[in-house]
Parts: sequence; C-alpha cells; structure tokens
Amino acid sequence: MRDVVFAEAHPLDRIIRSDRMPHIWCPGCGIGIAMRCYAHAILNSEIEEQNQVVVSGIGCSGRVAGYMNIDSYHTTHGRAIPFAVGLKLSNPALNVTVFSGDGDLAAIGGNHLIHGARRNLDLTVICTNNFNYGMTGGQSGPTTPYNARTTTSPYGSPELPFNLVDLLAAAGANFVSRWTVLHVRQVIDDILYAFGKPGFSFIEILSPCPVGFGKSNNFETGIEEMRLYRERCEMGEHMPLSELGIDLRAERPIYIGRFIDRNAPPFKPVHLGPAA
Amino acid sequence: MSETGILTGSHFMNGDHACAEGAIAAGCRLFGGYPITPSTEVAERLARRLPQVGGVFIQMEDEMASIAAVLGASAAGSRAMTATSGPGFSLMMENLGLAIMMELPCLIVNIQRGSPSTGLPTLPGQSDIMQARWGSHGDYRLAAYSPWSPQEIFDLTIHGFNVADRYRIPVLLMADEVVGHMVERVVIPEAAEIPFWDRKRANGKAGETFHPFEPGEDLVPPFAHAGEGYRVHFTGLTHDTRGYPDMSAEMHQQLVRRLVDKVERNSAKLEMSDDYEVEDANILVLSYGSTARSARRAVREARELGIKAGALRLISIWPFPEQAFNALADQMDAFIVAEVNLGQMITEVERRVRTSKPVSGVHHAGGAMLPPGPILEEIKRVAGHA
Ligand SMILES: Cc1ncc(C[n+]2csc(CCOP(=O)(O)OP(=O)(O)O)c2C)c(N)n1
Ligand code: SF4
Ligand SMILES: [Mg+2]
Repeated sequence: MRDVVFAEAHPLDRIIRSDRMPHIWCPGCGIGIAMRCYAHAILNSEIEEQNQVVVSGIGCSGRVAGYMNIDSYHTTHGRAIPFAVGLKLSNPALNVTVFSGDGDLAAIGGNHLIHGARRNLDLTVICTNNFNYGMTGGQSGPTTPYNARTTTSPYGSPELPFNLVDLLAAAGANFVSRWTVLHVRQVIDDILYAFGKPGFSFIEILSPCPVGFGKSNNFETGIEEMRLYRERCEMGEHMPLSELGIDLRAERPIYIGRFIDRNAPPFKPVHLGPAA
Repeated sequence: MSETGILTGSHFMNGDHACAEGAIAAGCRLFGGYPITPSTEVAERLARRLPQVGGVFIQMEDEMASIAAVLGASAAGSRAMTATSGPGFSLMMENLGLAIMMELPCLIVNIQRGSPSTGLPTLPGQSDIMQARWGSHGDYRLAAYSPWSPQEIFDLTIHGFNVADRYRIPVLLMADEVVGHMVERVVIPEAAEIPFWDRKRANGKAGETFHPFEPGEDLVPPFAHAGEGYRVHFTGLTHDTRGYPDMSAEMHQQLVRRLVDKVERNSAKLEMSDDYEVEDANILVLSYGSTARSARRAVREARELGIKAGALRLISIWPFPEQAFNALADQMDAFIVAEVNLGQMITEVERRVRTSKPVSGVHHAGGAMLPPGPILEEIKRVAGHA
C-alpha cells in the first residue's frame, strides 16, 4: 500500500463552522460554492479575522451567516443591510459583509438595497441570485425571468424581472459586478477587492437552484446549469447597463464582469466634538 | 455643556427634547430613525446633539430599517435607540421579536398619537398599550414605561437604557403626544450622578468553548460584541447556548421559557409606580402617562367632596406594577381605570380583581387629553355620590 497523507485540517476550517456540517443545501445547489469563495477571500485578506462580520437575511442563501466561523448575524427577512449599517456605524473597524439571496435583498429588502447603495456606506453585499425563492419551495421573485415557471407562476411568470446590475448602478453603488458560481477565481478576487473598496459594493453571483428553479425550467441538475453558464457567459463590460438582463432560457449571452467601479464619497456620519 | 456633552442644569424643554437629552446623558451613541409626528423632535434634537458627543445620527429609509440599524449597533456594543409613533411602531414589530430572540438591548420610544392607521398624527392617544405587550408574534416579555412629564421622560430614558442592558431586552418608552410636546422644567444632573448599569460582558478567553447564550443565574447571558474575537453566532431561529439553530420542540421550550422567565423573575425590580392619597382610600383610580395628571386632579377634587379616592400611577405599564397594586387592592371597594383608548389596561386590572368589587373605566378613543371632569364624575358615581 502506498503511503497516504491525511491533512490534519483544511485551511478553510477556521473560517467555516465545521461543527455545523453537514449543511442544509440540496445536491447541486450553488450557494456552498459562493460561500467557499467568501471564506477564501477572508483567508486571503489582510483584514484581521476578528474584524470580519457577516450579516444575512432569511433564505437558503441567508443560512451562510450560520456557517461562517466569524461574528455572524442571521437576521430577519430583508433586513440584513440595515442591521449591517448599525454594526458598521457603531464600530467602523469592522469589515461588514452582507450575504443573502435575490429575494431577500431585492424583494422584501429592496428598499434597503437601493438606499444602501445610495448612502454608499462601506459595506460589501454578496447576492446569490438563483432566480427564485429557494427556501420556501421555488416561488417566483424579483429576478424570475419573464414567463419562467415557478410554484407561484405555474403558467409562466407574468412579471418582468430586475436587472440587478443596472439597478445597483443607478442607485449609486461604488462597485458592481456579476459572476456565476463557475467563476470562483473572479468571485474571490472581487470579494477581496470589495473588502478594500470604500463605499457600497455589490457582487451578484448566479447560482443554480435545481430544486426550486431548475427542474421546472428544464435545467434538471446543478451541473446542467453550470454547463449553461460555461457556454453562454460573455464579458459584458462594454454593454449598456440596460442590456444586462438575464434569461437562462433564452438563446442570448449571460453578461458577466465588473460593471461599475467608481469613487463616490462613502457615507460618513457627521462628527463635531470630541469622540466619546 | 460639560465635557461629557451632558446638559447639566435646569432647563425648560418639551418631552421629546428631554428624551433626546436623556439619551445623551445615558451614553446612547446611535440613533436610527424615520420622522413621524409627534416623535420627530426626538430625532431632530439628536441630529444636532449626537455629532457633538461623538455619536451617530442616521436617518433610515423606513422604520424597519431604523430598528434593524439600532439592533446592529447594539450587537456591536453601542447603546442605541429609535423613536416613532403608531404607524412606525407597527412596522417595527417583527424586529422587536428579533431583539427578544437575539437578546439585543435597545430603547424604542413611541410617542403615541390617535390611532388606528394614520389616525390623528398631531393629537394624543394611549392606544398602543396592548401592542407594546403583544405586538410581535410569539411569547415574550419586555419592559415598557410610561412617563407623565418631560422630567420623567428624561429619567426613564436613562433608566430604560439601564434596564435594557442589564436584562438584554428591548425596552419601550410608551409616552403620549401630550407628554412629548409639553414644555416643563427639566433638571439634568451632573454626569457623575447619572445612574449607569453596564452590560454583563463576556470575559472568557476568546475561543471555541465560549457559549454566547449560556445564561448566568440571573438567566442573562454575558454579552459578546462583534469584533471581540468570540466568533459568535446570533440568529432569530431557535438556538442552543452556542447560538446554533436547533429545530427541536425541547430546545424551543427551553429557550422561550428562559427568555420569558428572565423578565418575569425580575419583575419586582422592573415594576415602577407611584401613588397619591391612598392611605385611607377605598376607591382606586389607575392611570398612566398624561392621563395620570388628570386622575390626580380628579382625586383631589373628590377628596374635597369627602370621597376617599386615591390614585395609582403605573410608571411601568409592562410589567404591570403587581406589588404596588396588591398592597392596595384589599382596602379598596372599587377600581377605576382611566386611559385614552377604548379599554386596554382595564383588562389587566379586571383579571387581577378576582372579587365582586366593581372595575369601571373612563375611556376616550384619542385626539385629546382625558380631562379630570369625566374621571371625577366616575369617582362620584362609584361612591354613590349624587
Ligand atoms: C417576513 C417574512 N416573509 C416571508 C418569509 C418566508 N421566506 C423565507 S425565505 C424566503 C425567500 C428567500 O428567497 P431568497 O432570498 O432568494 O433566498 P434563496 O432561498 O433563494 O437562497 C421567504 C419568502 C419570512 N421568513 N419572513
Ligand atoms: S432549494 Fe435551491 S437554493 Fe435552496 S438549498 Fe436547495 S438548491 Fe439551494
Ligand atoms: Mg433566491
């Protein structure tokens, strides 16, 4: 028999709560990959781990806060961003990241999302977009493509979706990018970049939800959707923002890339007197 | 202004401003709010004052965001508060439950107006009393205080922060428009005389064995703030002492029971009230907030008519001042509850009077202060005084 070397521990063990494994996510779900990218970024970052804080809302994506072995807050549906605002303003040394889903951030929390971007407080928001409400069983949401089938749009969704990149750009975010869970390098790089970028950063990560969205729209497995990402993704940095809408089911490119990188002044509370 | 930013001295100010000064004196360092009459002056005053003392004022996009920001600030170690009125208070209800579940201390001020819905924005009401107790879903206990003057709103703002921190609960300050807008003398003490109860802080070694929701004997877990190295997890889901989700009925019973017991067992320390002319009284008038001013006058006038009336003022409306009430209940022949709603606190009195002694109410839906007249009339009627 050959000598087998077992690693004592995985380098990410210190960042991910291994005592909480196995996680709740379905086979083929993309959220775990996105979380791993986030964990990698924390490991690679020069920011002290003690100052890394994650805030999530509610949803499958919202469970990320529970698996990250840093100070972590799993709040209420839609309210992760304002909770993060309070953390950051109370202790500016914290590097606060919001990790949540498309429904949590853009539907019930949509007002906080645009006002967060407008205010431009120094936060990093990671949004896993799986085009539906995974946790509650595959209902339609603010990113569900027109005509896509979900459990609450059994005849096809009659509503038009948000193009999150365009929305966040218009709302005033300093940094906006979009990748998929296939693009782990770029995702890690962008999270690291966002950590260091003053102001509001938004990273959209397209992520398969075979159970909630895939099955009813002919992407039976996570792998199938990943294959689609590989075939259709194109760098879209040259495209007008309004052309960046996504419909996995249509024969058109899925545009990815860094779309906004600007330096509008980040929010700073007014201070006059001596610090208390 | 002293070095601490506290406005020590004697002032003439309205209740909303006194609340803001109480917050400064208590060391509140973040206010997150959304303007709403009749609470707006709390926000306006703090927008001026917090930057002077190194604190943060932030106007949020709505009341759900306001309370969420307050809770985030609390988790990072700040004393934090918001102020609102009925419509905004309703929007805060979900995250009030999060404050209970995460045991995040904070102060929520409700300057009550005529309700329901948009109601009477500029006029008084006391009709959010039961909402304060039951408004968020699920079983919980908290503390809610009802000031009757600008001085008392100042004092209770400080006390509210102290209670919130000691028990790791949200504390509600349930004032009404009359008190919020009334201008009276407010005496602000020296910084050294302002009571300060600190949070019970985590002091273990930052590391794996620390359980952030392991309660002490007082049922209150020591608090680990964000950034202290404990790698804590806080969730609104039912959780074990590590803060990890546990979806069992057993854990739910254990957790919710503790969160309720934490307040109930300390109830005697949370209760506050004062009384007036009760020594020989056989008719007790119960009231709170601005209504208690009218009740006192009605009792005085009844006494002039030879009726042995007395008044009990509920300063803590939650918990109900059980001890003070029980000490007086036996000697009374009748109870009158006066409040600016169509019958809320009266149900608490009724369920405590388990005899045939009558309990009657003097109620008004809101829009005006309850004057002494109707209370006096009810005292006379109960006394059989023609
Ligand atoms: C106030 C409130 N309304 C509804 C729900 C139910 N709910 C839980 S998760 C969720 C949707 C989450 O969708 P998304 O953010 O896209 O996360 P995913 O599960 O897809 O990752 C909903 C509607 C809730 N928890 N709270
Ligand atoms: S329902 Fe969808 S988003 Fe949720 S864990 Fe399963 S695959 Fe992932
Ligand atoms: Mg989703």
